[in-house]
Amino acid sequence: MEKEIKKSSLSVSENGIEKKISPKRLEVLKTYKIYIGGQFPRTESGRYYVAVNAAGKQLANVCLSSRKDFRDAVVSARNAFAGWSERAAFNRGQILYRMAEMLEGRKIQFTDELMQQDVPKAKAEKEVNLAIDRLIYYAGWCDKYQQVFSAVNPVATSHFNFSVPEPTGVVSIIAPQEDGLLGLISVVAPVIAGGNTCIVLASGSKPLCAVTFAEVINSSDVPGGVVNILTGKVSELSSWFVSHMDVNATIYCEKDSTVQKMMQDKAALNVKRVIFYDKINWNTDEGQSPYLIMDTQEIKTTWHPIEHIAGSGGGY
Amino acid sequence: MPATKKKNVKKSNTIKLKFDTSWNYAPAPESKSAATIKKQYDLFINGEWVKPLSHKYFDTSDPANEEKLSEVAEANAADVDRAVKAARNAYEKVWKKMPAKERAKYIFRIARMVQERARELAIIESMDGGKPIRESRDFDIPTAANHFFYYAGWADKLDYAFPNRNTNPLGVAGQIIPWNFPLLMAAWKIAPALATGNTVVLKPAETTPLTALKLAEIIQESGLPEGVVNIVSGGGATGAAIVNHPDINKIAFTGSTEVGKLIQKSIAGTNKKITLELGGKAANIIFEDAPIDQAVEGVINGVYFNQGHVCCAGSRLYIQESVAPELIRKLRDRIETLIVGDPLDKNTDIGAINSKQQLDTIRRYLKIGKEEGYEMYESSCPLPAKGYWCRPTIFTDVAQSARIAQEEIFGPVLAILTFRTDDEVIQKANNTPYGLSAGVWTDKGSKIFNLTKRMRAGVIWANTFNKFDPSSPFGGYKESGFGREGGLHGLLPYVNLSH
Repeated sequence: MEKEIKKSSLSVSENGIEKKISPKRLEVLKTYKIYIGGQFPRTESGRYYVAVNAAGKQLANVCLSSRKDFRDAVVSARNAFAGWSERAAFNRGQILYRMAEMLEGRKIQFTDELMQQDVPKAKAEKEVNLAIDRLIYYAGWCDKYQQVFSAVNPVATSHFNFSVPEPTGVVSIIAPQEDGLLGLISVVAPVIAGGNTCIVLASGSKPLCAVTFAEVINSSDVPGGVVNILTGKVSELSSWFVSHMDVNATIYCEKDSTVQKMMQDKAALNVKRVIFYDKINWNTDEGQSPYLIMDTQEIKTTWHPIEHIAGSGGGY
Repeated sequence: MPATKKKNVKKSNTIKLKFDTSWNYAPAPESKSAATIKKQYDLFINGEWVKPLSHKYFDTSDPANEEKLSEVAEANAADVDRAVKAARNAYEKVWKKMPAKERAKYIFRIARMVQERARELAIIESMDGGKPIRESRDFDIPTAANHFFYYAGWADKLDYAFPNRNTNPLGVAGQIIPWNFPLLMAAWKIAPALATGNTVVLKPAETTPLTALKLAEIIQESGLPEGVVNIVSGGGATGAAIVNHPDINKIAFTGSTEVGKLIQKSIAGTNKKITLELGGKAANIIFEDAPIDQAVEGVINGVYFNQGHVCCAGSRLYIQESVAPELIRKLRDRIETLIVGDPLDKNTDIGAINSKQQLDTIRRYLKIGKEEGYEMYESSCPLPAKGYWCRPTIFTDVAQSARIAQEEIFGPVLAILTFRTDDEVIQKANNTPYGLSAGVWTDKGSKIFNLTKRMRAGVIWANTFNKFDPSSPFGGYKESGFGREGGLHGLLPYVNLSH
């Protein structure tokens, strides 16, 4: 132990604020919790796992979420669905843009977290920038994909007939394992841009950014329950993600064919839509597209009669 | 067909709305202190404020009290040339090369900054143009910001708007906008042009240049590369210099049909692309099965919104005969309640007429209407001593051939006609050189779609009126112009498509 503490390191200004950080100052560690219904609870199971980097350094104790946590999150997501899906598309766009604004302001924090998780600095910075731009990309789509994918159908009878996309409902997502931040945002953004709500399981090996991203969501006017973020093990949770009867669609991003088969099998319980993104490189423009929004949309067609009373009309 | 109908007025079973009350609205004026207006404005060219080569300035004043607000540079042909050169330079060197997603971020920034300064812009809009603060605050400014926001998102998504084609910008767009929605029209013009990669020379209207110049300040603050947007104030001659400039690739004009025709003529033989959003004389059609009280509100909003200075205003009202007496009575009662006065007062429904010149035009039409023998009814409200004002006015028993039913008045004047059958009203409503918008009021959905199908107009409102949204295309048939603004279709006038 040092016996002498340098005077300069203790010097404080008149209002008591330290002029410079003392080498003795102890860092405050963040508790990494999960995000359900707009709150940051710990897992109800009380279990945890230790997130470590490649060198084996302990980064944080991370919640090992349980089936019950997932079920709670589904309840939150279902409750949030009506409000979120009925919002003006333009308003959803504003909120996604706000998320990008919040993320931009916390770039350094996210870059730092990615670096703690073994991503080299340049790559980490690139990943954060891409993540921000991706949110803006989907903010723009919120009130446009409907215009691209809707149709007025020229049916032969005297009817006005049109088809529009509508969100499928609650979506459970197992986020890409590799890109802790960009992967998560790339799968969540199209789902919520389209008016769905979701429960997402963060990357098991790189969970820090997911939890911190929950703080971004929490400060961006995203209603509680629209995005719920769990941390834990894919092997423990994947079957619940796809078998829950109040989930409408499941997204899975890894190539594990055993898991894929299990998911396709269990999805049949309530005819869940199963979507695999196992071939997408999230680090390029290939990782963003309105077709990803359409993956969690239903098409609704409306018929309405057109009266034919008058004989005139088109003459002028 | 004057005054024979009076006897036939049936006794209505509906209760007369009683608007008389001992309650008066206390004044609720918006504070001018939240807005900064400089004494003098120069031209905004190449990212800087520059003195006009014309050395001329003209006054812009508050139509509610005739007081001068500021003086504004008048661009001549040499000034316009400077602006076009700046725009061309910015187009070639910066804007067309910029990755689309970066272009988007600039437009998003402008949207956000308009939102941030919304209150100030609303106050200036009401002071410079005379519109009620409620309308500038709740409609003009937010919708302008939303247009920037909406089109920002399109910048990097054009491949999805025009499948199987490459989209290329046109180059320099010359844009001339009217005085009725000054900032909103600037947004309608600039946002899609920038999103598609064009650069802009924009001329605001002579009587309402201030919010466009405020927008220039915002554009400057946003860091948009210099020359991408240039704003040159002036009158008709400035507009002509833009239209006739050889290095402009696209003209977008909103204004009168008369000027629109001149512009269309003067670009003949050039490669300039053009969109025109011109006058209108919208039919607002009320069937007997319509929700009458809602329809009354819709008619009032349709024609008196923004003092009737609206190209798509529902200024021709067609009422099915069986409900005409009741509706006319309710309309007369309703206009009595409209508050005409200080545009900055939050209670005001109808503000000041935009200019002396426009007031003269409206008065000329009131005279014509009376001389042609139609029954005129105007609200009995008092008018302020100074400024330009017009009471909300109704003409009844109007004939299809009447000038007040055929020509665009652009003021708070409603011509009421009646009809018996669907066939008849479709004929009558379409019997005009215009075709911008129309309204239909009925409880029967199948009738709505019958009407929307047969109306020769670009926008049809059913059981509503004067609704606008960045995602919804707007524009006319026939002599109301061509091209659409808003929505996916609003991108097309600003791109060349290639294989």
